[in-house]
Amino acid sequence: MSTDDQTYSAAGEVASVAERRTWWDRTWRNLKKAPVTAWFGMIVISFYFILAVFAPLLAPYGESQIFDTPYAPWSSEFWFGTDQLGRDVLSRLIYGARNTIGIAVATTALSFLIGGSLGVMAAINRSWLDQGLSRFVDVLMAIPSLIFSLMLLSIFGSNVINLIIIIAVLDATRVFRLARAVSLNVVVMDYVEASRLRGESLGWVMRRDILPNILPPMVAEFGLRFCFVFLTIASLSFLGVGIQPPTADWGSMVRENAQLISFAEYDMKAAMTPLLPAGAIALLTVAVNFVVDWFLHKTSGIRDEK
Amino acid sequence: MHPIVRTVLQRLGLGLLTLFVVSVIIFSSLQFLPGDFATSVLGQAATPETVAAFRRELGLNEPAITRYIQWIGGVLQGDFGSSFSGRSQGREREVMELIGPRLWNTLFLAGMTAIIAVPLALTLGITAALYRNSFYDRAVNATTLTTISFPEFFVAYILILVLATLWKVFPSLANVRESTELADRIYMTALPALTLTLVIVAHMMRMTRAAIINLLASPYIEMARLKGVSKSNVIIKHALPNAWAPIVNVIAFNLAYLVVGVVVVEVVFVYPGVGQLMVDAVTTRDIPVVQACALIFAATYILLNLFADIVSIVTNPRLLHPR
Amino acid sequence: MKSKSGDRTAGDLLLDMRDIRIDGFSDDIWHPIIKGVDLKLHRGEVMGLIGESGAGKSTLGKAAMGYAQPGCRITEGTIQFDGMDLRAMNDAQLRELHGSRIAYVAQSAAASFNPAHRLIDQCVEATVGHGLRPDDEAKKDARELFAALQLPDPDNIGDRYPHQVSGGQLQRAMTAMAMSSRPDLIIFDEPTTALDVTTQVEVLAAMRDIVEQFHTAAIYITHDLAVVAQMADVIKVLRYGETVEDAPARQMLKKPEEAYTRSLWAVRSLEKPQETSEDIILRVNAVDASYGSSIKVLEDVTIDIPRGSTVAVVGESGSGKSTTARVITGLLPPMKGDVLFNDEPLPLALKDRTKDQLRRIQMIYQMADTAMNPKHTVRDIIGRPLEFYLGLSGKELDGRISELLKMIELDDSFMERLPSELSGGQKQRICIARALAADPELIICDEVTSALDQIVQEGILKLLLRLQKEFNITYLFITHDIATVKAISDQIVVMFQGRVVEQGMKNDILSPPHPDYTQLLLSSVPEMDPDWLTSLLESRGETGAMSASGN
Repeated sequence: MSTDDQTYSAAGEVASVAERRTWWDRTWRNLKKAPVTAWFGMIVISFYFILAVFAPLLAPYGESQIFDTPYAPWSSEFWFGTDQLGRDVLSRLIYGARNTIGIAVATTALSFLIGGSLGVMAAINRSWLDQGLSRFVDVLMAIPSLIFSLMLLSIFGSNVINLIIIIAVLDATRVFRLARAVSLNVVVMDYVEASRLRGESLGWVMRRDILPNILPPMVAEFGLRFCFVFLTIASLSFLGVGIQPPTADWGSMVRENAQLISFAEYDMKAAMTPLLPAGAIALLTVAVNFVVDWFLHKTSGIRDEK
Repeated sequence: MHPIVRTVLQRLGLGLLTLFVVSVIIFSSLQFLPGDFATSVLGQAATPETVAAFRRELGLNEPAITRYIQWIGGVLQGDFGSSFSGRSQGREREVMELIGPRLWNTLFLAGMTAIIAVPLALTLGITAALYRNSFYDRAVNATTLTTISFPEFFVAYILILVLATLWKVFPSLANVRESTELADRIYMTALPALTLTLVIVAHMMRMTRAAIINLLASPYIEMARLKGVSKSNVIIKHALPNAWAPIVNVIAFNLAYLVVGVVVVEVVFVYPGVGQLMVDAVTTRDIPVVQACALIFAATYILLNLFADIVSIVTNPRLLHPR
Repeated sequence: MKSKSGDRTAGDLLLDMRDIRIDGFSDDIWHPIIKGVDLKLHRGEVMGLIGESGAGKSTLGKAAMGYAQPGCRITEGTIQFDGMDLRAMNDAQLRELHGSRIAYVAQSAAASFNPAHRLIDQCVEATVGHGLRPDDEAKKDARELFAALQLPDPDNIGDRYPHQVSGGQLQRAMTAMAMSSRPDLIIFDEPTTALDVTTQVEVLAAMRDIVEQFHTAAIYITHDLAVVAQMADVIKVLRYGETVEDAPARQMLKKPEEAYTRSLWAVRSLEKPQETSEDIILRVNAVDASYGSSIKVLEDVTIDIPRGSTVAVVGESGSGKSTTARVITGLLPPMKGDVLFNDEPLPLALKDRTKDQLRRIQMIYQMADTAMNPKHTVRDIIGRPLEFYLGLSGKELDGRISELLKMIELDDSFMERLPSELSGGQKQRICIARALAADPELIICDEVTSALDQIVQEGILKLLLRLQKEFNITYLFITHDIATVKAISDQIVVMFQGRVVEQGMKNDILSPPHPDYTQLLLSSVPEMDPDWLTSLLESRGETGAMSASGN
């Protein structure tokens, strides 16, 4: 017999068996190995998060409190001066964090709710539902989303609710595509077939088999979509058709203070004022991108940029 | 029929169908206008008769299909109807009259950007892929990852601050006219083109790099190396013939992105292009102009992607040499 | 045909690798793949490099060319090729050798030919590129090589593109490519693993003859000892990056020194005595099936499965054996015919079957990796059918799970593990426990051992046999591997292109006379006998049963 001196036992079978670790253990190990860029990203995101949540406590003045001097220079009273109506720029920056990020998060969440659930459903039911939704999404994606949202805003009018719904629906097309693609990869797995053969309901398969396995790519995509939505809303606000005054918002603030740039020769600080909200937008997207980049690298290992 | 011809025809048909559906969507947007819209266009002073006449002119009393056929018929002959703006003062303008010169300006800006950005991005992307994980690759990667996170207006204002106000190298406003000479035009368009280039190059370079890395990981590339084929021949003879499809896709995708990016940049630099016109029209709710601009942008976008698809079809050896 | 290799006299030392150590990069650290291996190869000698997955044989094979595959680095050792130190050479010097004096034949010919170029251009590229011969002469030679390798229409086949010829033909074309420069050494990296057995025989024969004809030295990498027995003069067994045993082929097959070497053909030594019963548990009755509408994948398939026994369905890819399983489970309702279970017709579609009907038929898959949800623990995986079918919960559930773990020779410590924390064999055992949990009457086993190493296969097969005896379970065992069939089955069904060619008791099917296809299939399965291929080719030469153009 072949195994007489091999003392083979199933339990002791060695191969590339990974060590057992708890979830927290694994997370902490990963965090410790995270590159500087990822740490930088996470710190920046936490900072923005605190700003957004505690805005009323942190801001020295009210969101649309108007003072006597418009375009006041930077001073100890108004750290970053005042804007064209005489509102404190620092306070508006802090409130802007709350409004801009809040609206972008709400929009992204809505688009994931729509696109994600439809995408998973299309992947499971590969008949008329999939066909119909996929063709519909193809057409919507044939129109550049900034152009499409400009058109829809001109018809429905610019307000926060319309803005959130329009961008969420347009962005849901991309979420749909991804959710469908990653779910398809899971749906063809033998364990899904095994569940179906066992007689499990569609709900169980979606909740227990598919959802946990598409989570990592979807979380990463949430980060990327958030950046995209955030930039789109900022651009629309900058163009004057997004978030409307007097709500403090970074995109609009860039637009409102843009002229100050031409005074760079006389007052460098004033010229920096419009760059502050623009920089705030850029910093957050950079931070999110860094974290997502690391996360994708960690979870897929094979990835190289989208 | 040769399978290539068949596939290309199929793809063309699909592209035309998409264009058709998109035009229907853009057209039907007019349906969703609120009821009191005529008043807001014609002004408070408008009499019920003028409002009725306006509604008749828009054809709101006729069935939608008839109106669509009339509209698309006009569009195909270059007639987008007349603009809403100025109606209250009784000064109507044809949409085409507004768009015509601006379309040329936008194409000029986009073209100028493409001429700089495409070769630059491809060179950066391909070299980064070839010298993967080198210091050069990491540096280019980190820079571009940062740049793609910047909103266009941030890049634009930094350039204005540095190159237009601190050092007066280029003008900060690009308000070109029809009479502007080519040399002047290029000079005035430099900053907007530079802004777009920075944004596009980052995207395009990253996508090119990913496509090339993907290609270089193919077993047939390793086989070529193991056959002792020289480094340059591995690239030229083995990678390149299979690289056309991914590279053209990257270029088309980014040129299509350029179409969108142009809107913000035109507004920043007050550049008289279609993008700025569209934003103005959205603010004043001048629907015919919005529709015309949207259709032009969407058509460009669709045609670019169609072109990329056709290139990947005709360079695919499996289709070129059917079994 | 020429005489068997191994009688050849070996020439001077061609390749001398000493104390080779290679590291691979994964999980952010370098860890050793090859841990100090020596390898000596003489001119004209063929060495079989054999080992199971993860043994490092492919890495070592490429290192013989002085090449570290991406993600690997050679850290120590010397590689002397014909007196030259390959590790001391720069890239340009190595390129001079590659494709001229050392050639490589890859596992997947389909992926290793560039889709954009004609076969013949790729075949002569290295020869012409290294300036060994002018283009026209090299092409003329390539056509002769195509003929020698028994490719159909050798004068014109080179003008085709890779996707226009079959896998077996591509593999031969790649051998021609390697041979084009008349190298001193060819590395064959699992060249026949992706092929069906009947194709494999032809490709093996072609490769062996051409290597012999030009007196080329070769390293033949494979996990299949029977294949290497036909090709090699000497055999080297690798395990975990270390040499287990080095010996001339015949000697090793006759009298292996190491227990591990013997375990490489563990499954071949298993044989179940055949039994049968009159009680038919499942009958597939005159079934036609197709995916979509056009081509029938199954045509008039009738199979009887007696209770408590094992019916093995054998056939090559595309024979319809997996489709048969899909019909039985209800995943693919047949166009015609029915499935009788305990003499009662089963509803054809999965959704029409009752929970109890589903419970009685369970399935085990080939890839245990993809058959278990990576986010579920062993407890979830085994516990779910217990909850779902039998309504167990709480203590009762835990108790049953631990009983099941014991049945598959594992213990409670596995309960909270995720599939990624199990080895290949353990995973397959958990899948068996999951099927067992439903307390089934019939288990369909779809190639359950083919992804596993030999020794693990043996363990799994023994477990399945024991469980069958204990619980009187019936197996429908789908496989392409004849050794597995011998080890486990009572009855055999042979399928070919969607039809049942032959069915009956194991001993009847495995002994002659056979219908043509069964004959071809059975005779194509390599045996441990080093003379097997030679004698097979001789006997086929007489009857003319083998057609080289077939693939």
